Amino acid sequence: MSQIFELPDVGEGLTEAEILSWKVAVGSQVAINDVLVEIETAKSVVELPSPYAGTVEKLYAAEGDTVETGSPIIAISGGEASGSDAPAPAAESLPEAVTSEPDSDSRPLVGSGPKADTVKRRARKSRTAPIASSPVATAAASAPAQPVVPAEPLLGHAPVDAGGRNAGLLSELADRASKLVENSPLNTVVQRLTGTQNAPAQTAPQAPATPAVAQTLAAPPVRLAAKEMGVDLTQVPPTGSRGQVTKQDLLNYVAHLNDVQESYDKHWYPSTSTGDRIERILVRGVRKATAKAMVHSAFTAPHVSIFVDVDATRTMEFVKRLKKSRHFEGIKVTPLLVLAAAVIWAAERNPQVNATWTDSEIQIKHYMNLGIAAATPRGLMVPNIKDAQELSLRELAVALNNLTTRAREGKTQPAEMANGTLTITNIGSLGIDTGTPIINPGEVAIVAFGTIKQKPWVVDGEVIPRWVTTLGGSFDHRLLDGDLSARFMADVAAILEEPAMLLDS
Amino acid sequence: MTEQYPGVPERIQLMDENGTVHEHPVFSAYVQDVDASLLRDAYRLMYLTRRFDDEATALQRQGKLALWVPSRGQEAAQVGSAFAFAPNDYIFPQYREHAVALHRGVDVRGLIEIFGGAATAGWDPRKHNHHVLTKVLGASTLHAVGYAMGLKLDARIAEETGQLQTGQGQATDPATDSVPPSVISYFGDGTSTEGDVHEAMVFAASFDAPVLFFVQNNRWAISVPFDVQSRVPISTRAAGYGFEGLRVDGNDVLGTLAVTRYAMEKIRKGEGPVLIEAETYRLGAHTTADDPTKYRTDEDLAGPLKADPLIRMEKYLRENSYADDSFFEEIESEGQKLADYAREVALNLQAPDFDYFFDRAYAAPHAQVEQERAEYREYMAGFEEE
Repeated sequence: MSQIFELPDVGEGLTEAEILSWKVAVGSQVAINDVLVEIETAKSVVELPSPYAGTVEKLYAAEGDTVETGSPIIAISGGEASGSDAPAPAAESLPEAVTSEPDSDSRPLVGSGPKADTVKRRARKSRTAPIASSPVATAAASAPAQPVVPAEPLLGHAPVDAGGRNAGLLSELADRASKLVENSPLNTVVQRLTGTQNAPAQTAPQAPATPAVAQTLAAPPVRLAAKEMGVDLTQVPPTGSRGQVTKQDLLNYVAHLNDVQESYDKHWYPSTSTGDRIERILVRGVRKATAKAMVHSAFTAPHVSIFVDVDATRTMEFVKRLKKSRHFEGIKVTPLLVLAAAVIWAAERNPQVNATWTDSEIQIKHYMNLGIAAATPRGLMVPNIKDAQELSLRELAVALNNLTTRAREGKTQPAEMANGTLTITNIGSLGIDTGTPIINPGEVAIVAFGTIKQKPWVVDGEVIPRWVTTLGGSFDHRLLDGDLSARFMADVAAILEEPAMLLDS
Repeated sequence: MTEQYPGVPERIQLMDENGTVHEHPVFSAYVQDVDASLLRDAYRLMYLTRRFDDEATALQRQGKLALWVPSRGQEAAQVGSAFAFAPNDYIFPQYREHAVALHRGVDVRGLIEIFGGAATAGWDPRKHNHHVLTKVLGASTLHAVGYAMGLKLDARIAEETGQLQTGQGQATDPATDSVPPSVISYFGDGTSTEGDVHEAMVFAASFDAPVLFFVQNNRWAISVPFDVQSRVPISTRAAGYGFEGLRVDGNDVLGTLAVTRYAMEKIRKGEGPVLIEAETYRLGAHTTADDPTKYRTDEDLAGPLKADPLIRMEKYLRENSYADDSFFEEIESEGQKLADYAREVALNLQAPDFDYFFDRAYAAPHAQVEQERAEYREYMAGFEEE
């Protein structure tokens, strides 16, 4: 007569545990409450005392295995469970794997609650079957790879796509996985990845197929590991008895991704590949905000764009002189500084470009919060220099430098982006001549600063090389007619052609 | 920390860690009558509690209980206080006072049933003057104060009508009461941080409620050490409410008994509430769902292990020849029997029928409960036959 000890839930609602070390071996004599095994759960490392006395007949799990609660872990023969009239199931009647499910009457009331709860849930009579449950049941019965997903699943378990994976993410993933491995509790990762360990006996082949559920089930440590590895749990095919993603599932998935990476380590996916060859990137964060703002601006403010070529040779000379001057020592000086000053200067002469349009009123701003569009690690941002009209050229240079540095480091705060009044976008730094910029929402004008390069230029009937740039500007036609826009642009251009005119203010 | 702040009560100890008894100008008088027989009884209850507690912990590890709350290390605080109560005193335990429950004649079956998920209460509180466990921390302090205020009202009614009142259905007969009934609220250092406790103490003070707040300071609120919860011993707080706070070595049975007797004397005289802080140490886990090795080192545990109240008591009993080997062997076998009984109960727990829960929602039939019962039955009938 042998008795089976099934892995209890030693915490509250735990679904699985890892066998850390066996304290007994087959043939060992044990008494009630002798320590059998040390296990690690999501919550703690605990020793399990023997509920039976006798001789150890069989260990169902090896050290390092992860076992679901309710699965047999040890068979003890010969003795008796003290004081127990409860019939112990005979060993021979038990299958090897987890499927053993003792008669419900003899099952403990607690200890393997989560499993006992759902594994063998009785079917509802059809007349009362809830609508939602039928597609799920169908999915469970059909091929696991293609679950029937109800009309609008929040997070379906999509089939694993072999193709569309970002190679960079994958290598990072592998790194993270191996780092986790070093930190022990997940040491089976390494064995899985290197294939040095056989699939543990208790990992049931393909357990009941995954129902399409609104939420992916997984124990906290599995979630943590997934998070650290950058794995989206909804993508991992679960095999747990309740449809939950087990640690093993996660490891298998990571191993699978690595295989995928090896075969598709290039940007182009071969036409023979079976998976999805389209990479899908969720629109979120700055990208989403930018898109929304641009659509809003482009389709509410009728844009009029104008362009002007400018001989910026004197600007280049001016920048050179400033760089050499002691007054600007240690300060970064660029043509953008001159343009910024020019825009402020020109706005003073054409106040309506520094304004906001509402359907009932035109708000002319008697201050300049000068926005500078900046490509940042988080995406496009438009921080602005508050009260730029009050700054000296030197102060403006410092402010520009601070703004771009902070933006590049991704440190721009929301307040720095609020309440802009007019924007400059410096596309020239990317080698582009010009473009039609889209107005920053809430403003009515934007100036695009093209690249400055030497071009043939006609001076007094002679073609000579000059430093030439193109200014582009977009204006909200609801407020700014062509003449006003043109005058503003001409004023900006005038300063670039002769920065000395800045003194005339 | 105690020197740094004014008003920290003196730490009372009668029996030190070596089992040597010292005279105390106030509290020695309260244990003058304590003889070898009572001390043996105290040790016996401490030992039985520990044996039962260990077995229950093992049963949880074997999947027979959903949870267990170990009392290991706190036996002296529990036994020392429990021995000071009169039979008509009504006790509100928290959930760790297994020794108090045993002392009150609660069958361990009840405790096993609760933690095995087979019962809602486990025993009839009115038969033991020992309330059900309250797993919502802090709530029982309010229950206790309310009950104590009720006892005061009972006393007034008795005075005005000449009719003795029986409290809320206490087990004891008021005609035979040797002392007026009082209430005891057990809780721990972690609970002392909860807002309910503050409210309970304010009401207790305002209404001179006959209630003892007995705090077992076991140094840990799950993983939070005591010094994160309070700058001063909890007993210091009583002064702020306007009643006496006492601090005692909770691993000293004799000291705890003396201090509790002193407190009960005051309470029975109608002088209002008293707070006792018994400084002890939780040697085990907070519950079986907790792993103390994650926040407590072996070094942390070394001192408290040496201060184990059972070791101290055994030493004292042996050195004074109050008990010999045969006594210890006897209680060991008694402990084994208790453990075997607990195991047998645990292995044969029956899941209650769902009606059991509907039956216990209200004392009398209730329309809403009956409607829900009917809905539940209909729901259950909607399944296919197995």
